[in-house]
Amino acid sequence: MADLRDLQRLLLDIDDQLAACMRCGMCQAVCPIYAETGREPLVARGKIALLEHLGHDLLRDVEGVKDRLETCLLCGACAANCPSGVKVLDIFIKARAAINTFKGLSPIQKLIFRGMLVHPDRFNALASLGARFQDLFVKPASGVLGSSCSRISLEALGGRHFPALAKRPLHADVPRLDTPAGAAGLRVAFFPGCLVDKLFPRVGHAVIKVLRHHGVGVFLPDHQACCGIPALSSGDLKSFNDLLDQNLARFGRGEFDYLVTPCATCTATIKKFWPVFADSADAGRRAAAAEIAAKTLDINVFLTDILNVRPQEGLSGERRKVTVHDPCHLKRSFGIAAQPRRVARLNPEVQLVEMTDADVCCGCGGSFTLLHYDIAAKLGRHKRDHIVATGADTVATGCPACMLQITDMLSRSGDRVAVRHPVEIYAEALG
Amino acid sequence: MLKPALIEEFRKIAGASNVMDSEADRHCYAYDAAVLQPVVPALVVRPETTEVLGRVARLCGDNGLPLTVRGSGTNLSGGTIPDPRDGIVVLTNALNRIIEINEADMYAVVEPGVVTARFAAEVERRGLFYPPDPASLSVSTLGGNVAENAGGLRGLKYGVTKNYVMGVNFFDTTGEKIVSGGRTVKCVTGLNLSALMVGSEGTLGVFSEIILKLVPPPAANQAMMVLFDDTAKASRAVADIIANRIVPCTLEFLDNFTIRTVEDYAKAGLPVDARALLLIEVDGHPAQVADEAVQVETICKKSGATGVKLARGVEERDKVWAARRAALSALARLRPTTVLEDATVPRSRFPAMIRAVEDIAAKYDLLIGSFGHAGDGNLHPTILTDRRDEKEYARVEAAVDEIFEVALSLGGTLSGEHGIGLAKSKWMEKETSRGTILYSRRLKKALDPKNILNPGKIIGRE
Repeated sequence: MADLRDLQRLLLDIDDQLAACMRCGMCQAVCPIYAETGREPLVARGKIALLEHLGHDLLRDVEGVKDRLETCLLCGACAANCPSGVKVLDIFIKARAAINTFKGLSPIQKLIFRGMLVHPDRFNALASLGARFQDLFVKPASGVLGSSCSRISLEALGGRHFPALAKRPLHADVPRLDTPAGAAGLRVAFFPGCLVDKLFPRVGHAVIKVLRHHGVGVFLPDHQACCGIPALSSGDLKSFNDLLDQNLARFGRGEFDYLVTPCATCTATIKKFWPVFADSADAGRRAAAAEIAAKTLDINVFLTDILNVRPQEGLSGERRKVTVHDPCHLKRSFGIAAQPRRVARLNPEVQLVEMTDADVCCGCGGSFTLLHYDIAAKLGRHKRDHIVATGADTVATGCPACMLQITDMLSRSGDRVAVRHPVEIYAEALG
Repeated sequence: MLKPALIEEFRKIAGASNVMDSEADRHCYAYDAAVLQPVVPALVVRPETTEVLGRVARLCGDNGLPLTVRGSGTNLSGGTIPDPRDGIVVLTNALNRIIEINEADMYAVVEPGVVTARFAAEVERRGLFYPPDPASLSVSTLGGNVAENAGGLRGLKYGVTKNYVMGVNFFDTTGEKIVSGGRTVKCVTGLNLSALMVGSEGTLGVFSEIILKLVPPPAANQAMMVLFDDTAKASRAVADIIANRIVPCTLEFLDNFTIRTVEDYAKAGLPVDARALLLIEVDGHPAQVADEAVQVETICKKSGATGVKLARGVEERDKVWAARRAALSALARLRPTTVLEDATVPRSRFPAMIRAVEDIAAKYDLLIGSFGHAGDGNLHPTILTDRRDEKEYARVEAAVDEIFEVALSLGGTLSGEHGIGLAKSKWMEKETSRGTILYSRRLKKALDPKNILNPGKIIGRE
């Protein structure tokens, strides 16, 4: 498609949602990117105005709109704070898809989404190949953080410090599980997500250990596909639906009470986006997606709200100071904040210390950090400063994407603060 | 279209990254919170120092470019919509330094782009109080508050922004700096130019520094929710409270439609059958607060209140104000477009105004929820509509006209706190006089001979 009128028609489909924005500007109070830049084109109100002006033919610079639309963490702070309840994330993803249909995917996006992501086996094979050869290109940067940096100066890496690909991804050690409900009388499906599988398999092992400890049956189907958020946030609905279909096929076979994931972003994608963006051509698919979405829970919420596991009140450990970062996809998307803290405190050694702005975005925003590393790094440095100011030896957060970003920021400053998922901290106490 | 050489001059003065000339960027400075047509500026400039701000003002002056200063663009009257003829938008949000908070002399000096809530919090940390609290305070700037003479919920007892402005320094269009007011409680040096700047909506000067008065915070407060089965009884209670020489810091009103909508949305346990709700807070010395709370309760009951609930503790107080804060959000969700009006009448005419708005809603077949600052006679009739529906929107415009007509006939004013801007300038003469408009225009012409300071606002165009 290259006719601007077709794009305008697509945008007019979301005109009702756009019109709900009354331009009050309250999103300026909470947008992390606005706080950093002070630019209206980068805050929700500005982006919505751009889409309206584009849809109504007041503006024709599609590339300019695309560029500003993509300078967004999709953290959802604006939507959570919007007086008129504008569905900002829905709008942005639909608009990205519309612009994408108009302009087409970039060759690199095509390669990543359609050449790799939608083929889980190929993705796994490439990742394990990468894990084998990465030592040639990267060297350890921090022992505490387990981070690495490039041996050679690579512009694309922008001096990042990153956790290396795991030598053994989760699926290599635990390809599948199918255990019956135990003492808890519950059985859950387990969706580790790509980052846990390939970068933080230790989080996946911790989840399995904790579930076993509480007598929860686990259904972990093999050949799981990505939740689809990278494709969706780039407006590639085709790849998203391809991935959704694969996951529905994998999980559709199992009987389970809940689907749990240790990844805040996967939780948000499954619960909020699977039902909305499932291709409606097949009514069955949308219904199946909605059914799984309704069963999906963040692992912290499952432990505290369903299993009712509670730390002993009044008891606070002293051996380990832990501060908690709230992932946008837990706090902004679902208002989840107490549960990850409770899970961390299940470890009796832990003393919680709150950081300033615990619920402000760390700057990762998925692929945002790849496209806008300058802004991402600025936000990340604020987060790093707040973490270090608490004097904590560990920062806990329920999202591997946040773990990735925070590891980068701490490692670059040479801080000796470990980055852990709350479930890992609990699992350590189980011996 | 601006000449590239001129854009280059702006870049030289403000720095390349602080000048936005791309189509997409400019489209994001074409509107504010008023329901009006957007006007795309020719250029957007973001000075990082007040010195640069002055040079930008001068460059606009030298080239006859209309300049509109913008804080956070939250005003409800089109005051920050730029001029269609090569309009320049000048952003103040990089001028966000709190220069001084003087605890001994109880004043503060700020740059115009400081966000109101950030300032109020900083003042509170120093054990002082900055009372003006417009609903947009989490994003609005102090420069914008002064330019619009913003009000808020505490107006009845503490006044509005103008009551806290001790001085304003500003630039004229030659880049000359004008100093007015000062840091002393008393100051009669020269013409009272800072008073002239307050509420001038950017038409007379470009603010660079503002001196604000601070006060001691109240030691105690008591909030309460009072139910009525009749709007007139609620109004009588308001009048009786004031007649008994009690000045609550806040005295808010919600009509039945608003109560029901808030309850639907927030499930706060509001009484949906109440015709009117008053949310009242008294503050001050603890003994005085306790005494006044009892008096207010007695007065309300005597005026026919069907229920009085006193908030016990911080949590219950928050609940009372959550209901008020949810009013606009709840209403705004009903329809795509929210037209928030601001007609204000003498306190005693409040019931007549509420009745008139109900009649107007019926006459034009529109959804109108009313809430507002009953103690100030400041009603916010909120029309819920869809601006894309031309027929319905024509009825909205007729209804707004009639709301103004009624407000003026009751001895009221077009705007209590939202400003005149573009939205209400055509009504100015009706409230004031032909002479007032001409006098104001002569004043503007003398101070801004090229008519480039936010032209068209307040006094319209000649």
